[in-house]
Amino acid sequence: MPKILSKEKLSENISKIVVEAPHVAKATKPGQFIVVVPTENAERIPLTIADFDKKQGTITIIFQIVGATTRILNSLKEGDNIAHILGPLGVPSHMEKFGTVVVIGGGVGIAEIYPVVKSLKETGNEVITIIGARCKELLIYESELRTQSAELKTTTDDGSSGRKGFVSDELKDIINSGKKIDRVIVVGPVPMMRVCCDVTKPLAIKTMVSLNTLMLDATGMCGICRVTVGGETKFACVEGPEFDGHQVDFGELASRLSAYKNKEKEADNHVCRLLKNG
Amino acid sequence: MAEKKLRKKMGERSVVERITDFQEVPLGYTLEEAISEAKRCIQCKNPQCVKGCPVEIDIPGFLKYLALGNFESAIKKIKETNSLPAVCGRVCPQEEQCELKCVLGVKGEPVGIGNLERFLADWERAENRKQKAESGEKKKDKIAVVGSGPAGLTCAGDLARLGYQITVFESLHVTGGVLTYGIPEFRLPKKIVEMEIDYIKSLGVEIKTDMLIGNVYTIEELLKEYKAVFIGSGAGLPKFMDIPGENFDGVYSANEYLFRVNMMKAWKFPEYLTPIKIGKKVAVVGGGNVAMDAARVSLRLGAEEVCIIYRRTKNEMPARKEEVHRAEEEGIIFKNLTLPIAYHADEKGWVKDAKCIQMELGEPDSSGRRRPVPIEGSNFKIPVETVIVAIGNSPNPLIPHRTPNLKTERWGGVIITNEGATSISGVFAGGDIVRGAATVISAMGDGKRAAKAIHKMLSA
Repeated sequence: MPKILSKEKLSENISKIVVEAPHVAKATKPGQFIVVVPTENAERIPLTIADFDKKQGTITIIFQIVGATTRILNSLKEGDNIAHILGPLGVPSHMEKFGTVVVIGGGVGIAEIYPVVKSLKETGNEVITIIGARCKELLIYESELRTQSAELKTTTDDGSSGRKGFVSDELKDIINSGKKIDRVIVVGPVPMMRVCCDVTKPLAIKTMVSLNTLMLDATGMCGICRVTVGGETKFACVEGPEFDGHQVDFGELASRLSAYKNKEKEADNHVCRLLKNG
Repeated sequence: MAEKKLRKKMGERSVVERITDFQEVPLGYTLEEAISEAKRCIQCKNPQCVKGCPVEIDIPGFLKYLALGNFESAIKKIKETNSLPAVCGRVCPQEEQCELKCVLGVKGEPVGIGNLERFLADWERAENRKQKAESGEKKKDKIAVVGSGPAGLTCAGDLARLGYQITVFESLHVTGGVLTYGIPEFRLPKKIVEMEIDYIKSLGVEIKTDMLIGNVYTIEELLKEYKAVFIGSGAGLPKFMDIPGENFDGVYSANEYLFRVNMMKAWKFPEYLTPIKIGKKVAVVGGGNVAMDAARVSLRLGAEEVCIIYRRTKNEMPARKEEVHRAEEEGIIFKNLTLPIAYHADEKGWVKDAKCIQMELGEPDSSGRRRPVPIEGSNFKIPVETVIVAIGNSPNPLIPHRTPNLKTERWGGVIITNEGATSISGVFAGGDIVRGAATVISAMGDGKRAAKAIHKMLSA
């Protein structure tokens, strides 16, 4: 079973774990994800691989506690085993020398852009990174991303760090400064991805988004991850998770993501009670 | 002339009792019933039943032992060629296979071969007489099997019995493939699947879960370490009808619905944390076994009204008669000659009705079944809160996508020879990855055929 080698609390609700998973690390490329089942009774949840080390045989996962299964995952400690990890999954990010690429990360999506930024830089791109969160405490991975980016811009909703505002404001400024942008990659909450796409669409700047749909098997079988892209149904687990953001039906995506909200709350309450009672 | 004995009926739980839980419906033969039924076999010199069995069980052979009350030898006889008797005894469509060919069926009722196979497997389990698996002389050759569903397990079991070293790679966190994620508990208890898999393991087969071949290791990489590879990676993306509203919340594919319930045990929520949401009114679209399963699961999850929407009539339904019968008994409503053409949702995006059109049967089509034709102006709405689309699935796309030399049909099925060989030397395939969506037993037959071909190749 995959063992947790180290665990770090990045902010109130975000944790980082490094897990021993040599066969996953060996095959991983930037933009791919894994399915985690922390204990036998938990859900299968998709999480992005935030970093991987082929030599050490480890992968890094950064996750936000949003429900029952992430809460269980967070209850595991250094040295504990995770019941199941499956991966790498999904199509890797397309890498080539595009020129100037703006990579945008929001919330826990900030960690997810790290391997993409690193790889874009290695491929010879000029990477401008924009990260945004609600407040300073949630602005994770800032120094790591700074070393990999030509420029790093930060925004917070409350102005506690960087610009007070949204990542899309920074994006607009870069565009308005007249800089030629060859590609934009956005990873984060649905409203953020949608707004960024609204900015780039009229200018026809190719914008890729990484979709965090619900998943079960995540191997191309159950179909819950279906999303409408350019009027066609696509399956994010095997055809994604990256899609052309200008073609994605974000409204449908948001609705499908919230389909189990009440049940998820119920499960989370159940797990909270269990964890409290030890 | 001896008095002709009627086929013994198997006891089953009452409808009232069974629709409230996920326990098995049939009760199985008693000892006396089993012996008496086995005695009905007339031991044909040229048994036709065996020809109807994709895994070539010596049917008169095991029935002979069973009639004498020698259960141990009887189950041993079955296991010579079939590693999954408790599964086959429950989910094989015997009425289209062995029992269809039974000569007693010409003038009366065929021997209850399936029921007897089930009886023996259950007897062995109850007696806890785990057979010491007998395998041939150990061989050095290593073989990789991709997928631990019926095709992979059969291929692995047969090759292990011949002495090969087998590693099975399973992508999910639990073994069994469709036996685990697809077929509901009340038709195939998961305890039984586990025990059958334990038997395969006792033959020396190693099973690695959480291993997605194609992504973790490519087929080419496997060929460097293994002498042969069998691909039994099973079902893939669910089919939809491409009608408006299919992506509304509350519209499930049968794959997703059954995966939640069977694999993730959503019926035990929140002890198991994967949720399922079921409305009072449920519509299942399709007429196969999977549609019947989804409908019957819905009842057990507490739906008040469950209907099957099918575009032809009951006569054309691909589901087993037995399954249709049980669904009817349990109160599933059959809306035949009906085709959904759109779904509508409430303001929250949750499905609220299915717009349908009435059909009539026209001329026969290429499948030989009469083609359903829409009746103009017959549109009507069925109020629903949950829709389950059970119209089949394509083969799993993952391995074909990652294996450029692997030839496939345009619809995605891996192309194989009569022996199960693919376009890549040393690589064989079978089950749903080849057939699209077929039966457990045909997948098992494919696994067996490939095992023979692999053995032949490696013995040459």
